[in-house]
Amino acid sequence: MLIAATLAIFVAMILAIIRGVIGPTLYDRILAVNMFGTKTVLLISLLGFVMGRPEFLDIAIVYALINFISVIGVLRYSDTNQFKHSPNDNESLKKEP
Amino acid sequence: MDMIITISSGFFLLIGSFLCFSGAIGLLRFPDFYTRMHAVGVTDTLGAGMILVGLMIISTDFLVFAKLAMVLLLTLLIGPTTSHVLAKAAFHNGLTPKSLSNQEKNNKEISSSNT
Amino acid sequence: MKHIISLFVTLAAFWLLNSGHYSVLILSLGFASIVLILVIARKMDVVDHESQPLYLTRKIFGYHLWLIKEIIQANITVVKHIWLGKKSISPSLKKIKISQQTDMGKVIYANSITLTPGTVAIDLVEDEIIVHALLYKDIESLEAGEMDRRVTLLER
Repeated sequence: MLIAATLAIFVAMILAIIRGVIGPTLYDRILAVNMFGTKTVLLISLLGFVMGRPEFLDIAIVYALINFISVIGVLRYSDTNQFKHSPNDNESLKKEP
Repeated sequence: MDMIITISSGFFLLIGSFLCFSGAIGLLRFPDFYTRMHAVGVTDTLGAGMILVGLMIISTDFLVFAKLAMVLLLTLLIGPTTSHVLAKAAFHNGLTPKSLSNQEKNNKEISSSNT
Repeated sequence: MKHIISLFVTLAAFWLLNSGHYSVLILSLGFASIVLILVIARKMDVVDHESQPLYLTRKIFGYHLWLIKEIIQANITVVKHIWLGKKSISPSLKKIKISQQTDMGKVIYANSITLTPGTVAIDLVEDEIIVHALLYKDIESLEAGEMDRRVTLLER
C-alpha cells in the first residue's frame, strides 16, 4: 500500500509539472510549483516509511518551510506592479517564435 | 490487532492517494486559474491529511508520530496562507475570473473598485 | 507574563519532539536557544495576546472538530465535480458581509473559508470579504451564516 501511495503521489507530481509547463498565466505556474512542493513533502515522508528510515521526516519539515517561504518570496514582487497581467500576454508569447 | 492496523492504514493511504490524484486531474481539467486553486485545495487539506494519518497509524515510535503531526499542522497552516496570497496577487494584478453570465456585471464592479 | 510562559512551553515541546537526544549537554544547549528566542521575541515586541491567543483555548477544539467535518464534506463535493467535468461547475465571485468585531475573529473566519476546498477568501476590507467559490451553492451556504455564527461565538 505504501508503494501504491508513493506511485500515486508521483503521478500527481508529473501532472503538476505538466500544468506548470503549459499553464497560460504566471499564477498557474506558481500554483503548480506550490502543489509540487507540498507533494514533495508527502513523497519524502512516504519514502522514509518505504525504506524504513523515518528520519526523513526532519527533511520533510524543513522542505515544507522552504516551500512556503519561496512562494511568499516570489509573490512579494506582485506588490511592485511588475506582474501586471494584460489579456494579450498569451497571444504575444505564442506569436514570438 | 496487527491486522486492524494494517487494514486501517491501507484504507487511509488509499483514500489519500485517490484524493491527491483527483486534485492533480482537476488542476489539468478546470478552465481558469481560480477554479484550479480549488483543486489544489483538495490535495492540500484532506489528501495530505489522509496520507499523514495513514502513516501515523503504522508509526511505532512516539517521536515519529509527533513529527508526522507537526508536518500535518504545518501543511494545514501553510496551505490557506499561500492560496490566499496567490489569489490576492492575481486579483489585484487584473486577472479576472471566468464566471456565470448573469454575474459578470457584479465582477466588473468589484474588480474596478479594487484595482 | 503568561504569554511568555505559553511561548516557552510551545518552543520547549517543539524542541524536545524534534531532537530525540536527552543528554545533559544537548538539553542545556536547547534551553539556551529557547531563552535566546524568548529574548529576541521580547525585544521585537511580538509576544502578546495576538501571537499567543490563550483566551481561545477553551472553545477552539470544538470549533476545529466542526471545521474538520465541514472540510470532509466540501472535499467530497469538489472531488465529485472534478470528475463530472467543467460543465457541472458554476464559478462565482461575491462580496459577503461579516459580523466579527475583532481582528482575530475576522482572520479565523477568512482562514476557515480558505481552508474549506471550494471557497477562497480573496480580500478582506473593513467588514466585507470577497469570496470566490467553485459552486454558487457554496456562496449561498456561506451567506446563510452557519460558520459566521460559530466564529462570532468563538471571539467572546
